[in-house]
Amino acid sequence: METAQLGQIWVYLATNPLLHLTLTLIAYLGGSKLYRMSGLNPLLNPVLIAVVVMVAILGLTGTSYEQYFEGAQFVHFLLGPATVALAIPLYNQIDRVRRSLPALLASIIVGSLSASLSAIGIAWALGAGPVLLATVAPKSVTTPIAMGISEALGGLPSLTAVMVILTGVIGAMLGPPLLNLMRIRDWRARGLAIGVAAHGIGTARAMQVNEVAGAFSGLAMGLNALSTAILLPILWSWLFG
Amino acid sequence: MLESLTLLLVCQLTGEVIVRFLDIPLPGPVLGMVLLFTGLLVRRGVPKTLQDTASGLLSNLSLLFVPAGVGVMLHVTRIQDAWLAIGASLILSTLIAVGVTAGTMVLLGRLSGDRDSGGEGN
Repeated sequence: METAQLGQIWVYLATNPLLHLTLTLIAYLGGSKLYRMSGLNPLLNPVLIAVVVMVAILGLTGTSYEQYFEGAQFVHFLLGPATVALAIPLYNQIDRVRRSLPALLASIIVGSLSASLSAIGIAWALGAGPVLLATVAPKSVTTPIAMGISEALGGLPSLTAVMVILTGVIGAMLGPPLLNLMRIRDWRARGLAIGVAAHGIGTARAMQVNEVAGAFSGLAMGLNALSTAILLPILWSWLFG
Repeated sequence: MLESLTLLLVCQLTGEVIVRFLDIPLPGPVLGMVLLFTGLLVRRGVPKTLQDTASGLLSNLSLLFVPAGVGVMLHVTRIQDAWLAIGASLILSTLIAVGVTAGTMVLLGRLSGDRDSGGEGN
């Protein structure tokens, strides 16, 4: 095959959503396979593997993020309907939710405050400026609303999206070992903790381990988004206003 | 499957419209989840096809975060400049949030003599 022909094929592939959509799925499936082969080792998080592989490929081929997103947007779009679908595991656990509603709400609000205040405090102590603090503060909240909060506080929404993903991966990796260390065996408490700290990525992991944990994690993710969206801007104006 | 997917999108769309109309600080899909949940409560049960579609979508939930995560490539220099503050803040605050949330739930469960606590964990 001649170079000119190869060049033409590359031009077609690089400008067509098909290539990057397919690569994203392959990178994720490969990551999932490694993750399962390792016996669900949290260090081999499939999202982390897929992101590292994709960034490397895009870097090597000199592809911009905008070009990549042309293809990846189809996957990204499904986040919305998937969030809506979390109502179903939650409904399946309705009796458990009803029995422990007050404790559940209190834990989520306390957890939500601890997530954003500790993030702000630690980043501030290590010399972060106001823009970075506002960018980091909503990191435990699910992506779209975290970006909204970040913008309202004067942060950088697109960097916040990255912080949110990193937080999700960290929570999915380190959350379960910490809960084991604390000897917490209640699936509801484990699910809530992972959902508050690590939103949808944590919920995805919780769902694989146990249905109760998955349902409570999804609930915690939704209520944490609400709680942070209301409380964080108020706290922010007290702290820095 | 098509009906179920349409139902999910209708809930999301309704959520997006309400959020914008009433200026609520909540993502449209989260309100969509509340709407669907309310619908299931009224209907008292999950239709089989909806259950299947939801399971298919949710069993691959973490895939959906990959495109946003790849966005890290846009911020490499900014992250390099403040890697210690960012890294320490993300790791420690995530551990704190996990510990505080689970601890509060277990404590409140014990105070109220909850019979659900104490199941087997991994």
